[in-house]
Amino acid sequence: MSFIRSPKDFYAGLVFILVGIAFIWLARDYGFGTARRMGPGYFPIVLSSILICIGLVIGVRGVAVTDAPPQGFTFKGLALVTFGTLLFGVLVRTAGVPVATAALVCISAVASQRFNWKPTLVLAIGLAVFCVVVFVYALGLPMPVRGPWLGG
Amino acid sequence: MELLTNLYTGLEVALTPLNLLYCLGGVFVGTLIGVLPGLGPTATIAMLLPVTFGLPPVSALIMLAGIYYGAQYGGSTTAILINLPGESSSVVTALDGYQMARQGKAGLALSTAALGSFFAGTVATFLLALFAPPLAEIALKFGPAEYFSLMVMGLVASVVLAHGSLLKALAMILLGLLLGLVGTDVTSGTPRFTFDTPELADGINFVIVAMGMFGLGEIIRNLENEETRDIFSRKISGLLPRWQDFKDMTPSVLRGTALGSALGILPGGGAMLASFAAYSLEKKVSKNSKNFGKGAIQGVAAPESANNAGAQTSFIPMLTLGIPSNPVMALMIGAMIIQGIQPGPQVMTEQPTLFWGIIVSMWVGNFFLVVLNLPMIGLWVRMLTAPYHLLYPAILVFCAIGVFSLNNSDFDVYLMALFGVIGYGLSKLDCEPAPLLLGFILGPMMEEYLRRAMVLSRGDPMVFVERPISATMLAMAVIGLIVVLLPTIRKKREEAFTEEG
Repeated sequence: MSFIRSPKDFYAGLVFILVGIAFIWLARDYGFGTARRMGPGYFPIVLSSILICIGLVIGVRGVAVTDAPPQGFTFKGLALVTFGTLLFGVLVRTAGVPVATAALVCISAVASQRFNWKPTLVLAIGLAVFCVVVFVYALGLPMPVRGPWLGG
Repeated sequence: MELLTNLYTGLEVALTPLNLLYCLGGVFVGTLIGVLPGLGPTATIAMLLPVTFGLPPVSALIMLAGIYYGAQYGGSTTAILINLPGESSSVVTALDGYQMARQGKAGLALSTAALGSFFAGTVATFLLALFAPPLAEIALKFGPAEYFSLMVMGLVASVVLAHGSLLKALAMILLGLLLGLVGTDVTSGTPRFTFDTPELADGINFVIVAMGMFGLGEIIRNLENEETRDIFSRKISGLLPRWQDFKDMTPSVLRGTALGSALGILPGGGAMLASFAAYSLEKKVSKNSKNFGKGAIQGVAAPESANNAGAQTSFIPMLTLGIPSNPVMALMIGAMIIQGIQPGPQVMTEQPTLFWGIIVSMWVGNFFLVVLNLPMIGLWVRMLTAPYHLLYPAILVFCAIGVFSLNNSDFDVYLMALFGVIGYGLSKLDCEPAPLLLGFILGPMMEEYLRRAMVLSRGDPMVFVERPISATMLAMAVIGLIVVLLPTIRKKREEAFTEEG
């Protein structure tokens, strides 16, 4: 879009405006109250309104000032790190700590340009053992070593 | 005299074998992790926070403080040896430190940093012991209006003195304040922004936000370009400075300490601002200024003393007012709340052993830093060679386990992943996560003080400008904003943060 001259400002402004609107919308039923007896909606709505105003100014800068677009966005890194972390959350109680750890290591490691299966597998196994020994046995954190999915 | 009694109280706490051990452990682990490339003090502390939850409050805070200066020193080591500063506070150390290392004077650079830091830490600890009680005394008289204004001033100052876009930083603070309100409203019992999820009813744990934005977000950012680092493999010798080196560094250390201590107390100050300012000052006044950027010992001594002094004195507003001046202090406040301590001036009077124990342990920690780091430099160098592509999966695992163990909840892990995405996305739009974390910690407190102030004034907002202390603080906040928005000063500010070296 050609009217956007500084994408970083334009989209940042847009994000802040949308977030502000979302918070106001969510807070619509919380009860605004009065300045003397503030309801649960008072402070969030005031904050969101200021956020929207600042967002507008930042957004206007985005069409008024020229600046470079964001550089070097890594979709691969973002996706793999996020997916690995989410999967850890799913696996840690269902399959157990070692499986979750190994899965997170293997998935996130693929994001690197210098990814190589062999050292990654060694790391995954090593960390899985380390986490079980240190966190479950030594520190006694209540995490399953073998989850229900593995018959634990 | 009172100072001596207080310090004695502190010594009794800090020198118990167990607390000494936690202090030593904190310094050691902090350095160990801080030295890893790409991990700054904020990420290190966020990652290690869950480890301290099981400890008694004094020991937990002593250990966290130890982790903090350990991580800071570790970051300087990385900056000097491989020119890869872990956090902004060691950016300027890298300028001359790395040049010294390339000239074969790595040992000297490292010992200069250690000795300068130790001296600065000692001075700053005394300043802390000297200035904290009177400040807490004043703060005890604060009513809700003063507190609200103080928080406004603190938040504004933290963006005025930081670098980057002012408006975006303000927006990030507001976003943080809003996120801090998620959970059940204390006054009315209404669940807010919880989407009917029971996991959100108690609010979002700040560890999740910090680990998501600083841990995960930072890792994704580092994955953007994995430049080849030259691995430092030479043996480090010549750790002991010669007489001439002492003569060269002493004035710089003194100036750095003075400047760093002063800047650390300011809300929004702390280690980073201190090191930048000290380097610029040193470049102006030093006789050796033409050698700056080419391996001048003064260029290492000044910022290293300053950042340690600033790190130390930034505890003053945190301990006496309960106001975080930078993300690290925000984490410390979060840790105090988790330990069941309400941060604020009453900590000093109600829990003198905790208060003075922490202060004295800072000096002890700085001492450990010197005796631990210089002999163990070989180990740190070996840590440096850890390849990042194997390091970050391990960091992710520790973050995930740490967050999971907060409440044994997989929901928290998903939330951390979400904050990682948010943090990375916003940083791509030049919105730094640090102000968000400050706002996040202060959000619920600010609302509470605003409410109380308004109840007391019967809904009259003039209370904030009629009470002199409150009015002064708001005026300072407004002046700060105006000053930064003035075009000429804005240019100067940009210059101050982009080192030409």
